[in-house]
Amino acid sequence: MNSMPLLRIVPPVVRIARRPQRMVERQLMCYRRTWPILLSGFFEPLFYLLSIRVGLGKLVGDVKVGGRILGYAEFVAPAMMASSAMNGAVYDSTMNVFHKLKYARVYDAVLATPMGIGDVALGEITWALIRGLLYSCAFLLTMIVLGLASSPWIVLSLPICVLIGFAFAAVGMASTTYMRGWTDFEFVPTATMPLFLFSATFYPISSYGSWAWVVQLSPLYHGVALVRAANAGQSSWGNVGHVGFLLTMAFAGLWVVSRRLQSLLVK
Amino acid sequence: MSPEPLIHATGLRKQFGDFTAVDGIDFNVQPGEAFGFLGPNGAGKSSTMRMIGCTSPISGGTLRLFGLDPATHGRDIRRRLGVVPQLDSLDQELTVEENLIIYGRYFDLSRAEARRRAVELLDFVQLTDRAKSRVEPLSGGMKRRVTIARSLINEPDLLLLDEPTTGLDPQARHILWDRLYRLKQQGVTLVLTTHYMDEAEQLCDRLVVMDAGRIVAEGSPRQLIEQHATREVLELRFPAGTNADNEAYALGIGDRHEVLPDRILVYAHNGDEALAKAIGAGAKPESALVRRSTLEDVFLRLTGRTLVE
Ligand SMILES: Nc1ncnc2c1ncn2[C@@H]1O[C@H](COP(=O)(O)OP(=O)(O)OP(=O)(O)O)[C@@H](O)[C@H]1O
Ligand SMILES: [Mg+2]
Repeated sequence: MNSMPLLRIVPPVVRIARRPQRMVERQLMCYRRTWPILLSGFFEPLFYLLSIRVGLGKLVGDVKVGGRILGYAEFVAPAMMASSAMNGAVYDSTMNVFHKLKYARVYDAVLATPMGIGDVALGEITWALIRGLLYSCAFLLTMIVLGLASSPWIVLSLPICVLIGFAFAAVGMASTTYMRGWTDFEFVPTATMPLFLFSATFYPISSYGSWAWVVQLSPLYHGVALVRAANAGQSSWGNVGHVGFLLTMAFAGLWVVSRRLQSLLVK
Repeated sequence: MSPEPLIHATGLRKQFGDFTAVDGIDFNVQPGEAFGFLGPNGAGKSSTMRMIGCTSPISGGTLRLFGLDPATHGRDIRRRLGVVPQLDSLDQELTVEENLIIYGRYFDLSRAEARRRAVELLDFVQLTDRAKSRVEPLSGGMKRRVTIARSLINEPDLLLLDEPTTGLDPQARHILWDRLYRLKQQGVTLVLTTHYMDEAEQLCDRLVVMDAGRIVAEGSPRQLIEQHATREVLELRFPAGTNADNEAYALGIGDRHEVLPDRILVYAHNGDEALAKAIGAGAKPESALVRRSTLEDVFLRLTGRTLVE
C-alpha cells in the first residue's frame, strides 16, 4: 500500500521536525526558576467556577439540553473549561511567540544549530499544549471539588482541551506570523471575545434559533459541545464532527505556519 | 597537493528583492586557516556569513562546506559549525550557564556532557564567576565572551565570527583575540568579519577586502600592504580648511598622496625623507607623523574611501 497520499496531508513543519522536544526542554529550563508564575493559572478556573456556582447558578434556573435537565452551573462549567483552553493556547502562541520572534531573537540562535523551523514551530505548540493540559487538570479538579462534574466521562475533557488548544495554538501562531507590531495584537481579543460569548457558552444552541448555523462556525462552539458531552456522559455521532472540525483547523493552521515561518526566519 | 577546501564558493550571490547584497564572490578557505572579510558598513560581510552559516539560502553561484551543499545538507553542516552572529542572540530568559547547556542540547549532547563542557568553556572565557547570572546585566564584552563560549559547545570544526570585537574596549578586545588565537592553535578554522585593520592583521592568515558586495582584493595582510601601499606613510595635518592650498607640498615627495578632510597622506618608501622634502619646500604643517602602512591604507587605495568613518 502506498502511504504517500496520507503523508501529504501532514503539514511540512511536522514532516521536517526532528527534535521539537528541545524547545520544550528550553521552556522547562525557563520555568525552573519562575514556576510560581505557572501557579497563577490555577486561580483563574477557581474564580470562574466559584462565581458561577455561588452567583449565576442561584439566579438562573435549570437548563434543558438534549432532553436532560441540568443545573446552570453544571451547564456553564464545561464551557468555561473549553474557553480557558482556548485563551491559554491563544496567549502562548501569539504574544509569547511574537516576543521571541521579533525581539528576543531566540529562534535566530536556535536555527544556527541542527534545529530547524519544524522543531521550533512544533516545539512551541507542544509546549502550549503541555501548559494548557496542566491548567485543564486544575480546572477539572476544581469542578469535581465544587460538585460540578456529573459523569466519570468528564476525564475525557482533558484530551478534548488539548485538542482545543492544538487548534487555537496552530491558528494563533499562524496569525502571529502576520503581525507587524504590538498594536496588531489588539485584534486578538476582537476575535476571541465574540467566540467566548457566542459559542453556546452561556445558553444552549437552541436559543440562537435560526442563527444557530453561525454559532456552528465558531471553533470554540465545537470544543464546548465536546466538553459538555463528556460531562453529560453522552456519546453521539455529532462528536465526531466536532473533533473533525478542530483537527481540520489545527492542520490548516500548521500549513500556514509552515509557509510563513520559513519566509520570516530564513532570509 | 592542497587539501580539499573547507569552504568553497564561486560566483556566490545574495539578493534581497531587487537589491544585490553579495554580487558574485569567489573564495576558498582551507582547514586550519584564519580567513577574514574586511569591509565597510553594507559591504555584504554579514550576508556572506549567514550564507556560510546555512541560515540564509544563497541566491546564485555555488557554495560548499565540508564538500556539502547547504541547500540539501544544512543540518549536517550546522552540526559542525560554531556561529557568533554580529548581534548577540543570547537567550535572555536563561542564565549564562543555561544558555550554554541548552545550546549543547540543540546539538544532541547529553545533559551531563553539555554541563561538563559549559563549565569548561566558561572557564576558557573567564566567566566562571558569572555562570549563575542572568544574561541581561552582563557588559557588552562579557556577552560577547558568552556568545563565543556558546559557539564552541559542539566543538566545531569551523568557527564563524561576525565582528567579534565591535563595540568592545581595548582590554576586552585583547582578551578575545587571545582566546581566538588559542582556538586557532588548536586547529579550529576561523572565518571572521571586521572593520578593524589591527584585528585583521592580528588574526587573519589571509583575507579578502569587500566593497559593495564584491571582493576587491585578496591576500595575506602583508601581501596586501606590499601590493597596494608603500612601506611608510607620512601624515600631514594643516590648519582646518587649508588642505587644498597645501596639497602642492605633497606632490613629488612620495609615490602618491591622498587628501582627506582632516589630513594629507603621503605614501613613500621612506616617510622621514618625504617629510624633510616637504619642510624644505616650505610646508608648515601643524603636525606630522610617519607610520607604517596598514590595511586601512590598502582599503583607501582600493576604494577611495576610509574604512571606519
Ligand atoms: N534581510 C535583509 N533584507 C534586505 N536587505 C538586507 C537584509 N540584510 C542585509 N541587507 C542589505 O544588504 C546590504 C549588506 O548588508 P550586510 O549586513 O551583509 O553588510 P555588512 O558588510 O555586514 O555591514 P556592517 O558592517 O554594517 O555589518 C546592506 O545594504 C543591507 O541593507
Ligand atoms: Mg555585518
